[in-house]
Amino acid sequence: MRQALPVLVVLAALLAIWVVACIPMNIKLALTQAERVGVDVVPPDVRVRQEMSGLALALRNPSVIPEVYTLDRPRLPAPGQVGRDFWENTVERKVTSKRSLVFHGWVTLSATLNGFFLGTALGILLAVGIVYSRTMELSIMPWAIISQTIPIVALAPMIIVLVAAVGIEGRLVPKAIISAYLCFFPILVGMVAGLRAPDRMQLDLLKTYSATPLQVFWKLRVPTSLPYLFTSLKVGIAAALVGTIVGELPTGAVQGLGARILIGDQFGTPIQIWSALLATAILAGVLITGIGVLQRLTLRRMGALQ
Amino acid sequence: MILVVLALLVWATGWWINGRLAQSAARDSFAVRLAAPALFGFTVLLMWELLVRGLDVSPVILPAPTAIAARFGAELGTLWLDFTQTAIRGAATGYFIGCFAAFVMAILVDRIPFLQRGLLPIGNFVAALPIVGIAPILVSWFGFGWQSKAAVVVAMVFFPVLVNTVTGLAQTTVMQRDLMRTYSAGYWQTLLKLRLPAAMPFIFNGLKISTTLALIGAIVAEYFGSPTYGMGFRITTSVGQLALDMVWAEIAVAALAGSLFYGGVALIQRRVTFWHPSQRS
Repeated sequence: MRQALPVLVVLAALLAIWVVACIPMNIKLALTQAERVGVDVVPPDVRVRQEMSGLALALRNPSVIPEVYTLDRPRLPAPGQVGRDFWENTVERKVTSKRSLVFHGWVTLSATLNGFFLGTALGILLAVGIVYSRTMELSIMPWAIISQTIPIVALAPMIIVLVAAVGIEGRLVPKAIISAYLCFFPILVGMVAGLRAPDRMQLDLLKTYSATPLQVFWKLRVPTSLPYLFTSLKVGIAAALVGTIVGELPTGAVQGLGARILIGDQFGTPIQIWSALLATAILAGVLITGIGVLQRLTLRRMGALQ
Repeated sequence: MILVVLALLVWATGWWINGRLAQSAARDSFAVRLAAPALFGFTVLLMWELLVRGLDVSPVILPAPTAIAARFGAELGTLWLDFTQTAIRGAATGYFIGCFAAFVMAILVDRIPFLQRGLLPIGNFVAALPIVGIAPILVSWFGFGWQSKAAVVVAMVFFPVLVNTVTGLAQTTVMQRDLMRTYSAGYWQTLLKLRLPAAMPFIFNGLKISTTLALIGAIVAEYFGSPTYGMGFRITTSVGQLALDMVWAEIAVAALAGSLFYGGVALIQRRVTFWHPSQRS
């Protein structure tokens, strides 16, 4: 409870700032609309209003202020509008509908999970190779670091062309590859640190047991690396979701939360963009919490957590 | 066919030399640490060239490195224009504004423990969100010019830097702070002489993460509207024209810019936090 209170207060403050910010952001649109239905606005000339700040306009036309929260296409939708749109498109709409956010969330989720598993497998395999082979460490590790400084979005359209050229249909594979590219690195770094975590003493003890290298790997290195793995999995799943959204944004995708944002931009419906963003945030929260629960369960069974 | 066999041969030779380097007496020297990855990169490029020629891959699918290099040389002017628009005006401006704002915010938050407890979990969560999604909104607010790109970058780098700075400022021990108090140091003196230096490794961690985010933000924002130049604009139009050598040249520029940006920040970190264990070899 002591922890929840500050968070709730900050959230409430952010929400309040959002509500207040709607007034200067939307007042020009609201005034134009009010003028059309015959309300007297000050000043009456649109061109003069264009030059004025939103705050000054709001102060001169206090009667129009409530209108800023009910616009169809506001520059900044009010929290209530976003919430209502989100509710309509998740709970009240059938899941099979093309406008259901649950449907689009599922498309994004499946690409994210595919990319996440691909990236995790790649990261773990590379980490094992790097820990056991000095050649691999010398030649691959620097490139793994450089690969992350290349902005993946530059590669995204390329990957889609390449995957299509190889003859794979659909949008799932390119999106999964992009998210795997973003999420393999934190897992690689975490696993290299984790697999190297056993100290001399522990390795020597296993040597006195005359353990084979395979036994050392499974009975010592893998268990010690698990806490490191879960920490990097949390970073990795967030990175995978970023990758999927980036993969959907610039490529003309028609399904997925990124596509909802894209379509909302093309059709000029900001409320739709904001509710898709809300859905993305919820999806991210669910994924990170899921990994956290998995982490606690596994570590508790291993006795590493009380 | 000969070229394909040659490619495999190149791969085997490169790997063999690297294996020898890794086992040699000078394995921990700076020269080997530089030569091994360089050789690996060169091997991959050579294989790429040989395979593209040997298997007759269409340039519409994957152009050869030499073709990309030729295009790079021929279009230097265009590439430079795109680079200044996206990397300097968009990414770098946004990066500086965003990092500075996050830093100031962290110092302010640091004085109020209540805010700190409330903001840190939210900041941590927001830092994990795909913030690139707000790119279309910011482009519609700030127009098609570089200002909207800088705004997207500000939004993307703000939270990682904020979270890392706040965490860093909490790194000093009670003993260290008590020592400062026995010197009768005030808030600002403690901040400047003890807590900020102690926070530097964390701050630089955030700054380094943000370099890549900045470039990603600037490029993605261009997909939603830009003048007729800029890296994101050029990549989308070139993919449409199937001029893939141009796309790869642009990717090379992005990779170069990203690496230099990251390397620059890492170099400053080395200078500033020379005392930290991770910087001493």
